[in-house]
Amino acid sequence: METLEQIRERLLARFPGATVTLIANTAAADQPSLLLDAAHARAIAEWLRDDAELRLDYCSNVTGVDWPDKEIVETVKTTVADPANPEAPPKVVETKTKRLQPGYLEVVYHLYSMSKKHGPVILRLRTGNRTDQVTVPSLTPVWRAAEFQEREVFDLYGVVFEGHPDLRRILMWDQFKDHPMRKDYVSPDDFEWEPTPHGEVLERAKKHYPPPPAAAMNEGGTA
Amino acid sequence: MSSSDPSTLNPQLSTPPAWAGGSGPTVRAVHDEFHGDLLEISMGPQHPSTHGVFRMVATLDGETIVKLKPVFGYLHRNHEKLGENTTYLASMPYTDRLDYLCSMTNNWAYALAVEKLAGLNVPERAEYLRIIMGELTRLVNHMCLVGFLFNDLGTSFTPLLYAFREREKILDLFEALTGSRMMCNYQRFGGCRVDPTPEWLAAANKVVQNFPRFLDEFEAMLTGNEIMLARTQGVGRLSRELAISAGITGPMLRASGVDYDLRKVDGYGFYPRFDFRVPLGEHGDTYDRYMMRILEMRESVKILQQAISEMPLGPIMDPKAKLRGFRPRAGEAYGRIEGPKGEIGFYLISDGMPNPYRYRVRPPSFVNLTVLEDMCLGHTVADAVVILGSIDIVLGEVDR
Amino acid sequence: MSDAPASPAPLSDAEREDLRRHGILLTSLEELYNWGRSNSIWPLQFGLACCAIEMIATATARFDIARFGAEIFRPSPRQADLMIVSGTVTKKMAPQVVRLWNQMPEPKYCIAMGACAISGGPFKQGYNVLKGIDRFIPVDIYIPGCPPRPEALLNGLMELQKKIKAERLAGPDAARHTQPDKPSEHPIPEFGAHDLVPPKNDELWQPPTIVRTGKA
Repeated sequence: METLEQIRERLLARFPGATVTLIANTAAADQPSLLLDAAHARAIAEWLRDDAELRLDYCSNVTGVDWPDKEIVETVKTTVADPANPEAPPKVVETKTKRLQPGYLEVVYHLYSMSKKHGPVILRLRTGNRTDQVTVPSLTPVWRAAEFQEREVFDLYGVVFEGHPDLRRILMWDQFKDHPMRKDYVSPDDFEWEPTPHGEVLERAKKHYPPPPAAAMNEGGTA
Repeated sequence: MSSSDPSTLNPQLSTPPAWAGGSGPTVRAVHDEFHGDLLEISMGPQHPSTHGVFRMVATLDGETIVKLKPVFGYLHRNHEKLGENTTYLASMPYTDRLDYLCSMTNNWAYALAVEKLAGLNVPERAEYLRIIMGELTRLVNHMCLVGFLFNDLGTSFTPLLYAFREREKILDLFEALTGSRMMCNYQRFGGCRVDPTPEWLAAANKVVQNFPRFLDEFEAMLTGNEIMLARTQGVGRLSRELAISAGITGPMLRASGVDYDLRKVDGYGFYPRFDFRVPLGEHGDTYDRYMMRILEMRESVKILQQAISEMPLGPIMDPKAKLRGFRPRAGEAYGRIEGPKGEIGFYLISDGMPNPYRYRVRPPSFVNLTVLEDMCLGHTVADAVVILGSIDIVLGEVDR
Repeated sequence: MSDAPASPAPLSDAEREDLRRHGILLTSLEELYNWGRSNSIWPLQFGLACCAIEMIATATARFDIARFGAEIFRPSPRQADLMIVSGTVTKKMAPQVVRLWNQMPEPKYCIAMGACAISGGPFKQGYNVLKGIDRFIPVDIYIPGCPPRPEALLNGLMELQKKIKAERLAGPDAARHTQPDKPSEHPIPEFGAHDLVPPKNDELWQPPTIVRTGKA
């Protein structure tokens, strides 16, 4: 199979307006991926499926990934010479800049070819943010294998797939309000009773305990 | 259950699927004075033939199914969320409970994905052990599937009794080696947990040598049965094109005539060393799906015989592998194997922490259910039960 | 386990055993009734998760639950005496489980099989997992294990048989099914926006009060 760079070059030649970014992968597996823009994703997917060289007719896995807003602290070291005392060694001044990297939701598709028996080619789609721009084009019309898996991503992550024939909640009930696989999801608190609590569960379980008697608290305080 | 909440639902919800390739609904409801109203029935989540807490909502015209929607989530026990909150190693026992008939192959798929992520190697003996465990699991799964399928055909337990009798022998082997009958928790990243003794291998060899005799007995009872032929041949056909597009894997795909077995295609483990064939179906109907399982069991026996006789000596763990404080470097990996039900894969994203940033299971039977409606249209409810049985679902894996 | 009988037994067990060897069988109506019920428990054919496979294994040839008279798994709750909650009860499934319980006629019993049915087990921290079926229906026997071995299920069944044999038909400590004013049906929870509404049946289940002293 061609390398992902070659596929990317052919894609850019075939779809002149498209933005296709190569995302490197630092793990030992070396499975890099292609980030597509939403406007061309459907056409590119169809081309990947039908291209005689690639024939990526099998979409194996569809995944959502949540990337919340992230505060990145950048430290820049600058050497400043003291104007009053030019003989002294220059001072190193650290300036910290905080930058908010906006979060987004990501959908990952793993493609293989059943006829050519090669793969994987990994595609990624990203939403604008995590709140109101959560629409990406559905690839279910290209590979039907994505039907239930995209519904699952919609249910658990809240990505809306435009053009999906039957986009409903699939695992949670219909009245459910949240998207539980997001990193900031807070699960309902029903940890009233824990036989062996520890860590985070202990903290949550403690909220349900009655306040300890004053004597016990004093003992605990002095111990 | 009403689905009237507008905020969680897409307004274009009830658009019927119109798939390319002419695989849309083949049966249309007729409305004239000779036909009554359509009847909607809900089967499940508590139904004797839905193999667990699976639910399907079928719309009937007379006795013919004109629409069928599966409903999931009754066993959604948040496997992926828990996997993201625990360490890599602590997720291993959870994978046992995904497809709870085949804990060994789930372990294997997860171990393979982590090995890809962290770049671990597996010693030769451990690869042989994994193949032995994987193929024994395939035998267990396919036997139980055939038993349950015949339950759905109305035999009321009898083939299942034979299947479970034989299953117990293999579970005894698992228990002797790993300490648990069903939830083996056997594979580790870079190897296996315990090394079998020569006595264990001799016992396994005996089970494997006796297995073809059981299979002959089983087939003599079932394969040529007239009712079975009438109920399964031509029922629930799945075309080759639809099977590929819908991402069907495993015996169900091969019953439709697509030669795609990851043991041959990816050649993971040491499968290229072994001599076995991949059975292929012709019609893609329920009968072919049944036969795929029977033929695959015979091929598995061949693999097992080779693996047990050629088993090398040596270590069973990669010395580089760390069990405690295991932190793979940042990156992502997708590892997949040919499970008994189809391609089971794990997709892991690491951010350098002890727990994965994203932990995703690619469940074969969940994806295989995509075509349930297409296969059931035009058949009766009784056939839908058999078709569902031939897909081979386990709800622990479908809903995770 | 068995309390003092409502009316004192006229004969001791040893005397009765002595008579039995001579071919004379003495019993009371209560004993006969409980003996019959405890030896023909019809479980509901109702599998939720992994434990259901072990439940099926218990029913097959090697373990053979038929030896204890409980082999007739009924698919309909209307014909069942015993609900074996075998596996994880998710919040999406919990209303159906309570509905099935309500559809079963009295006298009925419930076995919570496996860690998940008892407390949520390994999946306890899941957002969709009910932390024990006893939050919604009364449980008679708890069987720990993940999953419990078939022998453990048989042991649980024998414990249930003991419990049935010790039941009283009259008097202040009479069994639930003999008292028409005791509820045999329980309210079915509804799906809410984040959780079940209500999240537990307060009449049935209250968390044990724990006071932890020492370092708070």
